Amino acid sequence: MNATPKTTVAGAVPAAPAGAVVMNCQIDKVFYGDFLAVRASTVPIEKNKITGFIGPSGCGKSTVLRSLNRMNDLIPIFRFEGKVTYHGQDIYDKKVDPVVVRRYIGMVFQQPNPFAMSIYDNVAFGLRLNGFKGDLDERVEKALKGAACWNEVKDKLKNSGLSLSGGQQQRLCIARAIATEPDVLLMDEPCSALDPIATRRVEELMLELKEKYTIALVTHNMQQATRVADTTAFFGVDISQGSRTGYLVEMGPTRQIFEDPQQQLTGEYVRGEFS
Amino acid sequence: MNDPHLTTTAELIALNDLEALRRLPNLDRTPFEARTLKSGILTALTWIAALLASVPLLSVIYMLVVEGGSRLDWEALTALPPSAFEQGGGFGNAIIGTLVMVGLATLISVPIGLFAAVYLAILDPDSRLAHSVRFLSKTLTGFPSILAGVFIYAALVVSMKTYSALAGGVALAVLMLPTVVLAAEQAMMMVPKKMKDAAFGMGCTRAQVIWKVVLPTGAPGILTGVMLAIAGAAGNSAPLLFTALFSSYYLTSLTEPTASLAILIFNFSGMPYENQIELAWAASLVLVMVILLFNILARIIGRRKY
Ligand SMILES: Nc1ncnc2c1ncn2[C@@H]1O[C@H](COP(=O)(O)OP(=O)(O)OP(=O)(O)O)[C@@H](O)[C@H]1O
Ligand SMILES: [Mg+2]
Repeated sequence: MNATPKTTVAGAVPAAPAGAVVMNCQIDKVFYGDFLAVRASTVPIEKNKITGFIGPSGCGKSTVLRSLNRMNDLIPIFRFEGKVTYHGQDIYDKKVDPVVVRRYIGMVFQQPNPFAMSIYDNVAFGLRLNGFKGDLDERVEKALKGAACWNEVKDKLKNSGLSLSGGQQQRLCIARAIATEPDVLLMDEPCSALDPIATRRVEELMLELKEKYTIALVTHNMQQATRVADTTAFFGVDISQGSRTGYLVEMGPTRQIFEDPQQQLTGEYVRGEFS
Repeated sequence: MNDPHLTTTAELIALNDLEALRRLPNLDRTPFEARTLKSGILTALTWIAALLASVPLLSVIYMLVVEGGSRLDWEALTALPPSAFEQGGGFGNAIIGTLVMVGLATLISVPIGLFAAVYLAILDPDSRLAHSVRFLSKTLTGFPSILAGVFIYAALVVSMKTYSALAGGVALAVLMLPTVVLAAEQAMMMVPKKMKDAAFGMGCTRAQVIWKVVLPTGAPGILTGVMLAIAGAAGNSAPLLFTALFSSYYLTSLTEPTASLAILIFNFSGMPYENQIELAWAASLVLVMVILLFNILARIIGRRKY
């Protein structure tokens, strides 16, 4: 512990976002059955920024991320206490339809998961789903260009999405997610199945995408967080109660989290002293 | 001084360095060593077993072609069955009857089977109902098919007071249903979870996930199952014995006794007349070709497009 002395207060250091907040995730408790997976944490997601989620395995990064578009509702034993406001509306409100929430808040998964359809149909999927009436070809092209894979696939739009390489598949999935122009894009370790070159391309892509979208990104790779995230949220695991409960330790500008963390735990983690 | 790793056998022999020669690894084949022998014998045995397994099938097809091929002409395919001492004739009405009843059975069993499979594979895979349905379907696939006939006899023929194509079709549907359910469930289960997640993530409702992703992705497997069920039903005579019976005329309504290839073969092959026996062979050949056709169709349609 040769770093500058830090507070060791348990509990989140509230982030003080400078810009407009699109989503504010105010978790009270998140359960899987009886298991308390995440406790009190507040994670604001700022507009046109990339918010990175880092932390040791099992600390609840994916759980928090998937709470943002109610993907966790698909898990029967999942229970969310707290609220997630999206443009001021609580998406966990009873009158909110989770299906509609997911059309505004898109998702890119850890494993590339194109549908067993042509490349074109993959990208057009969400547009058709939403009853899009305009020029489909144009929007598909735009999305593929936006996801930096147009040049690679423009001559084989009729081929199967599954025939592409892992990196291309992941960019296809990003194209599919941005084709409907969602407001927020959630990405759960989108590069973990990719090689370093494909990873770089996806990272460059994220930096371009944030001009138009707001991104929340879970990553295991701290270099990745420093390369792309504007704001970083560090989650930890509390094992003091005999269980493993995740919580937000600290959140702030990425540079501050990595160079001048306010919490001792954050410092130990970003220096690689535990994982 | 002579390192075997750096010296060839020939050099060692020239040097007469026996010690080093013995230390060289022996990579030669040893065909008579126990291990090699055992592996060889086992390979040969599997060959023989595979050959034996194909003998009955090949001999049946050979016999059908030899015995039935000679009578397979336009008349046989279109004419009505001959009576006892008549010459010529055919089994056109039986072909139509089989197609109609199998078609009916498909129309009944496929929608029910698909919906049941959606329930089993997606909606509530772990419920008690799902477990019971799965268990019953598995049991029913191994059920004597004649019981399907007896059941429909009691359920339909008695109340309608007549044998009919309808009753025959329903009996075949009962027979096809478990196969369709299990094959469709299997095909839907094979659709990777991550694809369903992707669809939910796009903002699909559960119905949309099933309709737009699970069914199209599982379609090849589902179709293969349906085709196999159809092939199985087409060749089955037992369920039709008590339900459709037989008729010497072309089908005019679904509520009258109806001819089928399977029953015609059953009837004619037992008759003491040369003409009928020949026709039974020809009808068998047609039946096998129909079944083969469905199997080939299953392969073509079932080929994965993406
Ligand atoms: N479907 C589930 N059912 C029960 N428990 C779950 C489920 N999903 C996650 N958990 C538990 O919740 C906790 C947080 O999991 P989560 O997947 O959010 O962690 P994570 O930070 O994303 O980890 P990783 O970095 O390994 O992906 C873990 O203890 C995990 O075991
Ligand atoms: Mg995770």
